[in-house]
Amino acid sequence: MSTVDEPVGPEIPPEELSEEAARKAELAVPASLVAGSASEYLRSSLTRIRAGEAGVLPVIGGLIVVSILFQSLNSHFLTAQNLVNLLIQAAVFALLGMGEVFVLLLGEIDLSVGYVAGMGAVIMADAAGPAHGWPWYAAIALALLACAGIGLIQGLIITQIGLPSFVVTLAGLLFWQGVMLKILGNGGTIPINDTVINDIASNNLSNAASWVVMLVIVGAFAVLAWRRDAKRRNAGLVAPPPTITLLKIGVTLACGVGLVILCTVNRGIIEPISGVPWVVLLVLGVLGAWSFLLGRTQIGRYVYAIGGNAEAARRAGISVSAIRTLAFTLTGLTAGIAGIVYASRLRSISTTLDGGTLVLYAVAAAVIGGTSLMGGRGQALHGVLGGIVIAAIYNGMGLMGYGAAAQYMVTALVLLAAVTIDATTHRGRTTT
Amino acid sequence: MSAASNDTPLLRLRGISKSFGAVQALTDVDLDVRAGEVTALLGDNGAGKSVLIKTVAGIHSPDHGEIEWEGTPVRVRTPRDAAALGIETVYQDLALCNNLDIVENMFLGRERTKGFVLDEEQMETAAQETLSSLAVTTVRSIRQPVASLSGGQRQSVAIAKSVLWNAKLVIMDEPTAALGVAQTRMVLDLVRRLADRGHAALIISHNMNDVFEVADRLAVLYLGKMVAVRPASEMDRQIAVDLMTTGASSRQSAAAQDGEGG
Repeated sequence: MSTVDEPVGPEIPPEELSEEAARKAELAVPASLVAGSASEYLRSSLTRIRAGEAGVLPVIGGLIVVSILFQSLNSHFLTAQNLVNLLIQAAVFALLGMGEVFVLLLGEIDLSVGYVAGMGAVIMADAAGPAHGWPWYAAIALALLACAGIGLIQGLIITQIGLPSFVVTLAGLLFWQGVMLKILGNGGTIPINDTVINDIASNNLSNAASWVVMLVIVGAFAVLAWRRDAKRRNAGLVAPPPTITLLKIGVTLACGVGLVILCTVNRGIIEPISGVPWVVLLVLGVLGAWSFLLGRTQIGRYVYAIGGNAEAARRAGISVSAIRTLAFTLTGLTAGIAGIVYASRLRSISTTLDGGTLVLYAVAAAVIGGTSLMGGRGQALHGVLGGIVIAAIYNGMGLMGYGAAAQYMVTALVLLAAVTIDATTHRGRTTT
Repeated sequence: MSAASNDTPLLRLRGISKSFGAVQALTDVDLDVRAGEVTALLGDNGAGKSVLIKTVAGIHSPDHGEIEWEGTPVRVRTPRDAAALGIETVYQDLALCNNLDIVENMFLGRERTKGFVLDEEQMETAAQETLSSLAVTTVRSIRQPVASLSGGQRQSVAIAKSVLWNAKLVIMDEPTAALGVAQTRMVLDLVRRLADRGHAALIISHNMNDVFEVADRLAVLYLGKMVAVRPASEMDRQIAVDLMTTGASSRQSAAAQDGEGG
């Protein structure tokens, strides 16, 4: 890409910037922020992609490749029935991945999320079960509170004693597995009979409600996005051109329509089943909440700041240990939500829950989605996209009759590829 | 603003002493820092320059001595105390987060919010105004991450950040270390503009060229003692080097009659 052409953004005396420096600067700026027109926007997006700053494009590209591959091997893969099933399978991975994003952003890791999710599931099942007979909302609230509490305790140990998160959460992995086994006892299974809890993963909105809910969500997004960008343009601030804002809204609408069309196809065998699953809405809700927290609030800003340069954050007066503890708490809470979905899908919780594998999928989901292991770079969305990739592999390999052995190996290779992309783009970044 | 404050220095240190165990880092140090001036702090390694600025910045508290701010005795116990008075310190390479953009860095720790939500518009406007007022115009977009800036641009952003936060005194530790010629030029110009706008600037530098180019007043520390505080016009490089390395100089520059004597 040539040059220092149109001065966009604040005025640049051309002689101040070498061509090389200008090119680097162009790469570093999010495309939406420098472009004055849609064509410029696309041009600078292309420049950035060529330089390895592709954002979520690699994971979406990977998803398309995986889909084509599995579809060519088994024509059942791209049916509406299987894709909706895949989304439901992805929910647990996506939720765990979103939880992991909080601590990865700080440059930390939480290895306990799998069994923290297990704890959430066990506590909820036990509270709602015949032994205690709590209503569903109280059981879920108790489970989430307990999981957040577990995260809080682990966070406090890490920040107050100053131990590495890797070791503390590894201890957590073992400890909570032990507690879970203790509660489950020798029988090893707690069935769930509460219909609301079971509906989380297995019931759907009606077809009409699916359309209404989708249109309301996309409509709200469109209004907010348009108002925000228009306000910035009017104030003379860095903002994408109107065509790009419209394009963003259009793509979101297309995704929404696509999803609803997919979900409203009848996928029942004995009796008709259709509509958007509740669990998809749940994942979208958590995604929205965590994206808002990370992107629009001081807490989120501080999480990124600490991941980027903890010393600078400390000198700016940020309470680094409070934010780190909070991040571990939010990771625990999100793991709890994942555990509830897990138990809801099985309609029970038993000792077969493999928290060791789940945590690897959680880290893999976040990293495959584009979150950096080095801290400071990542979004909640990455956990969701990565979770879908893992579910696609899981689902596709299952369709083709491969067992767990092959699934583990393929997922490991995909994870390795994602980390390699992370490490190489990190190295290529301009840091002088 | 600087007319009135020319008689009373913005910051006045009297008899500052500080020891760490058996090591006497500062002994009875006096220093006046005036608004509208660039004061350069010189000294060999271990002379106590860093301890002195950390004392002013609230990181160390002195064992003895007084700090006066705008004519009033004050205690600066923490960096927050210093910030409340209007003292901001620009540390070398430690002050910015590479993954955040310029606006985010300039407001880090003091974000403006509407309820729970960050007020990005207001912050971006204020950051833009500050950067323009300091003529920091080489950055392509104030929404670009700091990782993509040159060393000089980063230093400029760090200095602009202190101005945004209404610093009356900006302390800079080696602001031009590790910068190329053009970048150094950019930062020195900015330091000069800062003083011309009525801020006080206190810089530590090892680079004599930079010091004589930008400083109005030179203060030389030797083994924890202040051996000279003079207008830059009454010093030259050779005298400064003598003072830094031996604590005294037998040479006289043209106008040197030691007007400070303090």
